[in-house]
Order: sequence, then C-alpha cells, then structure tokens
Amino acid sequence: MAAALLRRASTSPSACLLRPLSGRLFSSSSDETVLSIETSVPFTGHKIEPPSRMVDTTPKELLSFFSDMALMRRMEIAADSLYKAKLIRGFCHLYDGQEAVAVGMEAAITKADGIITAYRDHCTFLGRGGNLVQAFSELMGRQAGCSNGKGGSMHFYKKDASFYGGHGIVGAQVPLGCGVAFAQKYNKEGAVTFALYGDGAANQGQLFEALNISALWDLPAILVCENNHYGMGTAEWRAAKSPAYYKRGDYVPGLKVDGMDALAVKQACKFAKEYALANGPIILEMDTYRYHGHSMSDPGSTYRTRDEISGVRQVSRERDPIERVRKLILAHDIAPASELKDIEKEVRKQVDDAIAQAKESPMPDASELFTNVYVKGYGAEVIYL
Amino acid sequence: MASLQMAALLSAPSTPVPSDRVRVGSLRLSASSSSAARNGGALVVRSEAKVSGGGASARGLSLITHAVAEKAAAASSADSKPGHELLLFEALREGLDEEMERDPTVCVMGEDVGHYGGSYKVTKGLATKYGDLRVLDTPIAENSFTGMGIGSAMTGLRPVVEGMNMGFLLLAYNQISNNCGMLHYTSGGQFKIPIVIRGPGGVGRQLGAEHSQRLESYFQSIPGLQMVACSTPYNAKGLMKAAIRSENPVVLFEHVLLYNLKERIPDEEYVLSLEEAEMVRPGEHVTILTYSRMRYHVMQAAKTLVNKGYDPEVIDIRSLKPFDLYTIGNSIKKTHRVLIVEECMRTGGIGASLRSAIIDNFWDYLDAPILCLSSQDVPTPYAGTLENWTVVQPEQIVAAVEQLCK
Repeated sequence: MAAALLRRASTSPSACLLRPLSGRLFSSSSDETVLSIETSVPFTGHKIEPPSRMVDTTPKELLSFFSDMALMRRMEIAADSLYKAKLIRGFCHLYDGQEAVAVGMEAAITKADGIITAYRDHCTFLGRGGNLVQAFSELMGRQAGCSNGKGGSMHFYKKDASFYGGHGIVGAQVPLGCGVAFAQKYNKEGAVTFALYGDGAANQGQLFEALNISALWDLPAILVCENNHYGMGTAEWRAAKSPAYYKRGDYVPGLKVDGMDALAVKQACKFAKEYALANGPIILEMDTYRYHGHSMSDPGSTYRTRDEISGVRQVSRERDPIERVRKLILAHDIAPASELKDIEKEVRKQVDDAIAQAKESPMPDASELFTNVYVKGYGAEVIYL
Repeated sequence: MASLQMAALLSAPSTPVPSDRVRVGSLRLSASSSSAARNGGALVVRSEAKVSGGGASARGLSLITHAVAEKAAAASSADSKPGHELLLFEALREGLDEEMERDPTVCVMGEDVGHYGGSYKVTKGLATKYGDLRVLDTPIAENSFTGMGIGSAMTGLRPVVEGMNMGFLLLAYNQISNNCGMLHYTSGGQFKIPIVIRGPGGVGRQLGAEHSQRLESYFQSIPGLQMVACSTPYNAKGLMKAAIRSENPVVLFEHVLLYNLKERIPDEEYVLSLEEAEMVRPGEHVTILTYSRMRYHVMQAAKTLVNKGYDPEVIDIRSLKPFDLYTIGNSIKKTHRVLIVEECMRTGGIGASLRSAIIDNFWDYLDAPILCLSSQDVPTPYAGTLENWTVVQPEQIVAAVEQLCK
C-alpha cells in the first residue's frame, strides 16, 4: 500500500517530500521509530554552513505536530468568529498559516529556553504550554485569562514556561529578548532565547542595536524573523531595501528556513540553539504566510490577491503546514486518514468547550483596576480616591 | 488606603501611623554640607518593611530652630566624628557597591560605566572589582540597552541602567513607558521589573538645551514607575540602595551640579524609604516643597527669610512619584501656606501635579493660593545670564514667601 503511494507520488512535483530516503518502510511504525525526512527546500546560509535538510523525527512527533497545529488553527478560526460576534474587541492578530514556526520551535527546545514574540502570540502561548481556557478568557477580557483579563490579545505571558510575551509595540520585544538572553548568560543557565519579530519589525533600529550588543557580549540570543511578506499592508519589497532578512545581521550569521515546514523549523531551531550557546547570536528567517489579514480589522485582500492566499494554501502547492504533515503521516502509514479526521473533530470540540468555559468566567472585579500596578501591594490608589 | 491617610491627617499628630507605610525616622540633616546637628546613633531604615511599634515616637526628633545648623559642639563622646565624609557621587557609588556586594544579581549597564569609570565617576572602580559581566559598557544605544535591562529584569536580575545624561533616556521612552512601567500589570502580575534607571539631569553650567533636560515631568504619568530625586550624599546613598532593593522599577534622578557636594554620612548601613519626604528645616509660617538642586536655592533663601523674621518649613519631597502626602499634609496643616519650588518646566511639571494633589486633599487647610515657582517653559539657553533666568533663583523664592505671608 505504501509502495503504491510512493509510485504515484513519484510523478508529482512533491515527490521529494513524500519519498522517505531512509529506505525503510513500515506500514505501521512504532511511535519512536526514527524517520529521516527531507525538508521541502534546502536551508540557505549567510556566513554559516547550513544544516542538513534531512530531519530526524518520529511518528509520535509527527502526530503531535498534526494535533498541535490543528488545535492552533482551530483556536484562531474560533477567535475570528468570536471577534465578529464582538466578544473579542480591540486588536486581534491571527496566526493561522504560521503554526509550523511555533510547533517546530517547541520541538527543538525546552521550557528553560526563552521565547518572546510580538502581538501575534496566541499560538506561541499555546505552544509554551498555555491552555485554551486561559487564552480565550484573556481574549474576552475575563478573570480566567492568562493576564487576568488585563492584557488582552497582545499580552499573553507564561513565566513558568519562559514565555515573555506578548508585545504591542513593533520591535520593542527584541531588546527585551536579548536582555533575557543576557540574564541566561549571566546566570550560566545554558539556555537560549528566541526573539521573534516580523518582516515589518525587521526595519526597526533597536533590532540592530540589540543585535550589535548581543554579538559584542556573545549572548545566546536567536533572532527569528517570521517573514510573512507583509508588514500589515505593505509588502516586504516596499518596506525593505534588502528583504533578505537572514542576511541583514551582516556580521551575524543567518539561516533562511521554509517556515511552513515544521520539520525544517525544528531542524533550524536545533541548529541555532547549538550555535548560539557556543558562539553568540544568529538570525533565522522563517519564510511563512498568514491567511488572515494583519489583524481582524484588516481584510487582508486589499494588498494581496485572493489567488495568492489560496495558492499558498492549496494542497497541491503543499505549503499549508497542516496539510504537509497530514501528507507525511499518510505517506508513512503512521495513521489512517480517518484518525486524522477524528483528531480534527476532537480538537474542534476542545476549542468549543474551552470557549464555553471561558464565557462563564466573569469580568474582572473593579478593584482589579489597581492591582499589579506596583509590586507588594504598593497601591496605585495613592491619595486621590 | 486613602481613607486611612485622611483619617491620619485629620486626627491629632500622635495618631499611630498606618501600618503598611514605612514611617521610620531619618537623621535630621541641614542643607549645609560640612556640619550637621546630630542626635545620637543612626536608625536603620528599610524601605517596604513593616515597622513594628512605630508611630509618632519614631519620628520624634529634636527640632532645629535655625536655617543653618550650629556646629555640633560636644555632641559625640567619641574622639573623632562618627561616620565618614564623602562627595555625593562617592555616596552613590558606595550604595551601589554595597548592593552589588550583597546581591550577585545586581549589575550595571550604561555608556562608559565600566572601563572609563562613569562620566561622573559614580561607577569608578566597580568594573575592576566586579568584572565586565556585572559592570557592562554598552554602545550608544539607549533604546536597546534599556530594553535589554528590562528584559533581564523580567528574569530576576536587578540591573541598574545609567543614562549618561537623563535626557538621552528619551530615546528609550517606549521601553520605559510600555515595558518597564506596564509589564507587571499586563502580565497579570507574572513579571516584576526590579530595575533602577538613573542618571544626571537638570540644568547644569551652560551645557546647552539638549543636555539640560528634566525628565521627571515626562515620566511622572507612567503607571507602574516610581521616581525619586536625591539631593545630598546621605539621601543619595540611601535612595540608591532602596531603589535597587525595590521590586518595582525606580527612576533615580541625580543632578549634574550636585555630584561634588560633601557630607559626613554614617558608617553603619542604612537604607531610606523611597516614598518618604525629608524634613530639611521645620518651621511655622510657610511650607516650602522642593527637590534636588532647588533645595539649595531654597535653603539659601531661607537664610534671608529668617533674617527677615520668617520661619519657613522646608521639605525636600524626594519622592516624585508617589508624593509623600503624609509629611506634606502634616506640614500644611501646621503652616496653611504652600510654596513649591522646582526645576522642571512650569507646564506639566511635578509642581503642577503636586499642586493638584494638595488642592484635592488639603484645600480646607490652605489660607492662601499655592504658589509654584518653576523653570521657564523654554529650551535652556547657553548664555550664562539667560540660563540663570531659566531656573528659580533665591531672590524669587524670598519674594514669593513674602507674598504668601502677607
């Protein structure tokens, strides 16, 4: 059966994806069998020898990729509906299409390693171990939210998982992330920090300032540009003289990665972590795409065509991260299609349940207005009330 | 909290202090640097600590009746005077050094703080003692190194970020406002930012407009931030230590012209309260509220005023955010007249906020409108004479008091 699949696949342009070069084929592999799978495209390096495009993975890992990404996708779609129902207000930046970055990164690192990102943070929060109820509650401004309802979509944090947020001002999180890396070096933790930013933020001066300092001080900082090719409505070629973001570090080496291939992301992050611990900062550019507009107030179609969006998604183009992993799972007979459908149904139910639970959480108390302004209860209600 | 404060103010002076405030006596020091009337040993004051059995008795110290303290005649039984003499910048360094020794998570970041020793010598010698990882020379990149300081504070380090001149920190305003001030709130209390941001500001000697800025007015509305201004070697060291120990982000305002003030400070360790104002000169006729360099202009004016028969009460507010309305309120209750003397601009300055706060809380105790003397709303000119007219001078203070007490 698997062989027949292979024969059919060999005629399609995606042959390289489906053909496992390990030479072994098991019709139902055990969970921990190591599979070597080739990434969709090779890595491109800037001032560094790129890692191999053969990535080691296991059926268990691939299944977890699938279910994690399906959960993230469903959460974002559900958030879209909640926003339109006016249960989520203000800004809401959705990550669907980019799930592979969050999931691939987690597979390569531990919770001791830090992650900091900008406002498109819901899925990163989930990846770091946050749960759906906390996420939806925060989006709806309820007490059960991860920031007690006081942060909102752009301010998800999870300290015990070294997730440093969740930031609204473009680019400001990168110096923060380099600061976390500094603390990791100061405390000799042997951990690294991934500071994520977008192609729009890549033109911020503070990024280069922080990169310079990190390179001078050999900090274990990994700057990850999630290049979805649009800074809100401005295409990358209209905002950056040089959109080769992995090269913009100049003296800092960089790697360009297919950000919609979870295995490639995993390989790159693993490689980057080893590099950063030994040598200092490195830049990763994740070539990815967002299906939604910049945020819920942006239709996302005024500056790009619907054809382009659907073209990226289309199964035949195979860029969609979930479809890619689905194909891998089917090609390697790790699970039948029906099981994957069941996972998706289960995920849908989980999300629906979480939303129902989140809706029951109350709005924060009025007294919450003044808590956590200062530490140790030094209240903000100084004398005026 | 507010009602407790009001209750405390409205009742007799011997009302016990609300227990969640730090009310511990501080040594009474006069403005003159060389001598000070002392009354016995130093009290160790800890910020944010609960005071057991505190209350009014802890604050009861002898009053000084003169503007300039008399030489301490036979105050101490020891042969040599207690304590040691040093300059303000050395006091800051001593505080920083003690805290770095005590707590390995304290580190310093700034331009030329390490090998160069600091442009005002506050960090001189610290790099040799603690190494390059704890006293970090940064490139000229305020936005990012302030951000990095804040990021490292999120993990539990206690960085002391120096702006070579406070004015340069405007480049880091986004980091200070959004990340430093707000992260504790927006993360639902998960992250603390125990950072200290310090540096010299204020009008110097013809340094030009861009190097004579007073940022306290800009930072005062940032929620989550605490601001203190030091003015003597004694309070500089105490506030530095308190700021480093605080779990909240603290901006410590130093002044370019005060670094060489000399004073004798205690040998024993002491930490001051960040939220407490300093009674410089008790009096009966008028409350003069001031901070930083203007304290000295006020004390100079006080000499003249005393000779003219006035008895001004001078309070160095020290805590710019939040205001120590307890001390200030008690003073207004006594004198019923307020003059604020500050160095920041009139528009949107500390004085403007303080005036508001006093009107809101102590209106019934005022016998006259609150006067506020501030710097002019102009960029600080280079020419010496013009620069002098930008800031408040003692003659103006004398005139204002005379007007208030008419």
